[in-house]
Amino acid sequence: MSNLINLAVQVSRYLIIVLMVIYTVQSYTVFRRTNVRAKEYVFLRQNVSMFFLHFIAFLVMFLKTMNMTLAVFYGAQVIYLAATLILFKNLYPKASKLLINNMCMLLTVGFIMVTRLSADHSCNQAIKQFKIVVAGTAMALIIPVIIRKLLVITKMTWAYSFVGIGLLGLVFVAARVTNGAKLSLNIGSFFTFQPSEFVKIIFVFAVAGLLADAKDFKRVVIATGLAAVHVLILVISTDLGSALIFFITYLVMLFASTRNPFLVLTGIISGALASIAAYFMFSHIRVRVAIWRDPFSDYSGGGYQICQSLFSIAAGGWFGTGLYQGSPDAIPYVEQDMMFSAITEELGGIFSICLLLVCMSCFIMFINISMKLTNRFYRLVALGLGTTYAVQVFLTVGGGMKLIPLTGVTLPLVSYGGSSVLSTLIMFAIVQGLYMLRRDEEDKDEEERFKKFQQQYQSSGDPAGYGNPGGQY
Amino acid sequence: MIVTYVFVFLFLLLVGYLIYLNVVKREEINSNVYNTKQDTRTDTVIRGSIVTEEGVVLAVTNVDENGNETRYYPYSNVFAHVIGYANNGKAGLEAIANKDLLSSHSSLLSQLNNESGNDKSQGDTVVVTLNPTLQQAAYNALGSYKGAVVVLEPGSGKILAMVSKPDFNPNTISEEWQSMVTNESNSALLNRATQGLYPPGSTFKILTTLAYLRENNGNYENFFFDCTGTLTEENVTITCYNQSVHGREDLKSAFAHSCNTAFSHIGLDLDCGQFKKLAERFLFNTSLPTQFPHSESVFKLNRDSSYGEIMTTSIGQGDTLVTPLHMALITSAVANGGVLMKPYCVARVENSDGDTVSETKPSIYGKMMTPEEAGVLTEFMKETVTSGTAVELSYSGYSAAGKTGSAEYDSGGVTGTHSWFVGFSNVDDPDIVVAVIAEDGGTGSQTAVPIARAIFDAYYY
Repeated sequence: MSNLINLAVQVSRYLIIVLMVIYTVQSYTVFRRTNVRAKEYVFLRQNVSMFFLHFIAFLVMFLKTMNMTLAVFYGAQVIYLAATLILFKNLYPKASKLLINNMCMLLTVGFIMVTRLSADHSCNQAIKQFKIVVAGTAMALIIPVIIRKLLVITKMTWAYSFVGIGLLGLVFVAARVTNGAKLSLNIGSFFTFQPSEFVKIIFVFAVAGLLADAKDFKRVVIATGLAAVHVLILVISTDLGSALIFFITYLVMLFASTRNPFLVLTGIISGALASIAAYFMFSHIRVRVAIWRDPFSDYSGGGYQICQSLFSIAAGGWFGTGLYQGSPDAIPYVEQDMMFSAITEELGGIFSICLLLVCMSCFIMFINISMKLTNRFYRLVALGLGTTYAVQVFLTVGGGMKLIPLTGVTLPLVSYGGSSVLSTLIMFAIVQGLYMLRRDEEDKDEEERFKKFQQQYQSSGDPAGYGNPGGQY
Repeated sequence: MIVTYVFVFLFLLLVGYLIYLNVVKREEINSNVYNTKQDTRTDTVIRGSIVTEEGVVLAVTNVDENGNETRYYPYSNVFAHVIGYANNGKAGLEAIANKDLLSSHSSLLSQLNNESGNDKSQGDTVVVTLNPTLQQAAYNALGSYKGAVVVLEPGSGKILAMVSKPDFNPNTISEEWQSMVTNESNSALLNRATQGLYPPGSTFKILTTLAYLRENNGNYENFFFDCTGTLTEENVTITCYNQSVHGREDLKSAFAHSCNTAFSHIGLDLDCGQFKKLAERFLFNTSLPTQFPHSESVFKLNRDSSYGEIMTTSIGQGDTLVTPLHMALITSAVANGGVLMKPYCVARVENSDGDTVSETKPSIYGKMMTPEEAGVLTEFMKETVTSGTAVELSYSGYSAAGKTGSAEYDSGGVTGTHSWFVGFSNVDDPDIVVAVIAEDGGTGSQTAVPIARAIFDAYYY
């Protein structure tokens, strides 16, 4: 019996990778397909791969642990995923199916790994995460309506600024110290709230509001001041990852709205100078950099997390050890900061590459939507949110691989962390709303074109000689 | 839009770096001494044995009737550092080959059989290049000196012996761990052969000579120097060892008698930038091509160095520091006609049925010098044996070439002299390269040469 299980586990490793590869390839071929029916097939294939992958992963975990909770939990997840896909597609036929599919795929990978890493066999941690995802998705279902119908959201720039700075300031002053960084507020005993995750979104709205009218240089100055205040509070709170996300997002939005490379270059240079100054001013930054350069010299101290992360990635290789066959739990804070390394260890490097490509597909979709919008405010919002997403993925994955110093941010939708997953769900929903706005616009354009065409048709039906002044020659 | 390209590039950079980690870095990370990932396999695999190419067992895991496993080292202290240990962390080959020892490549059928019977599978056997006769001879010859011996086969890069003292018994390491870790002055766990940094003393004159040859297009016949026993330049005085006065000498005899004043004089005429380049080509200030944890040797001379620094560096004193393995590699490049082979210790990995899983083929690290340069250095080192400081090696029934060193040190006011010898035997077609350092052993001739002789003798008789 145990042989059979082992054989099944071995085969499943490759099956999971194959399904992930199929899914990933689909999320790029869809860009080339123009035929609506062909696109629908692609999306369907993605859904099938995802549910298969989900099933196999949970089957393996069940066989390995023989834990009945897992079977029930699996059922709940299937219901959730199916409901999300069906609800979105029916409530919002104009929504981007690729974005919905990618969101569900990333959540699926997250469910699998958070369940795998749940320290206790009752999966308490994973179930808590699942509840937050369900609540977040319910919220996300309303958001596109708000985006489409409430024009006032484009005009609340000052409110965004005050709420954003207020929340961050509150964290800085009152929050308890966690993991060397003052990051969270306790709300009751259930939920530890990380305001910076939500301020990211609010910040993008505030900057978009200010820069939507970039002809006005005064507003650029105000926006820069606002960004500086956000970044400064985060640096002092030692949340360097978020500080970097805010900073880069701001620069990208500034560039998009002013088209002025000189301004951005100034921004990059002053950012570099500020980093150097911060390096000499704050010892915790110096420690981070030293650990990045040679983590093994302080193996038992600050270098431990990154060393274990590298061990995990190397242990996984291309095909991974298989679920429950590795020891990703040796990495401290693995389910928040180091999810990518854990995935690489047990599901393999090929799977991880696919995961990165799925994240990239989301980002391309964000930018795609941004570029096709005509309203400058919405354009900037989509671009800003896409940038925060991309920078966050780069920081957490690059940090885990020791490509860049570790900053301790989450892998959106995959990592454990209520605030992170909630804010990312909201972010995706906002972009969905913008996508639908764009398609509303397209429809309107189409109608107008159709009307014009009708008018022309009617005018050309007029008696000859009247409508064509050029005909005189 | 440019922003899109930048971020797509960053995503692809992540993908590329992950591929890089898997292709280039994976082995290195997997065999990192701190890596505990393989330990989970001890639940399903019995740690494999380490044996020599002749089949002599150097480490084996014994399993008693109750399934208790103990790692046994038949040679106790003799192979302590090079084989290492697998309890209280890992070191030596036990660490380097850890992954192989805990992998089982026995046939799938026998693995399945084992698992159904709840038996563990047998880990792979690691076959090493070490030669117990030479190892034992080196271990005995070094006696109670602190220090190290490295024996290589220059044509292949095989490590035949590696001794470091003081040593420990890997069979009882768990019991003695606490006392060894606390006794800092002894540092018995340190593998001096790869991690001990010593001033090279006169053994470094091999490289000074090479630097001279290169600056003079290989012409050395016109070199003559009048040794008066001392040489002074800007308040720094270099004296020949034991106040000897060597009189008028050519380069070969200056080398053979290890004349300090002649070599400081040579150093003053050298282009320090070129000298540094040469030293760095010969693996100073960089890591050695070996998986053994090792220290980087140090060479500090540059264009701004003072005369004093130049003179002392030229005779292997000053700030220059070197590991015994490194000196052995330099010597093996001379012995092998200028070509340095990558040193290696794992000859192959076999599964429990004796089938080869993987094999190390000798590989060239680099062409370090021309055959002509190697020929001149060999001739000089031969002269050292026939009529110079290593004369004890003549009349031995085999031909030998070498260089002695008496490295004076001053560590926080404590002074003394380490005894060095590097050389090789059967000069026309070199068999083995030996590097010996005996801490506080006095001159090279006094202590290191007799130790080397004992090793050469063990090889031939």
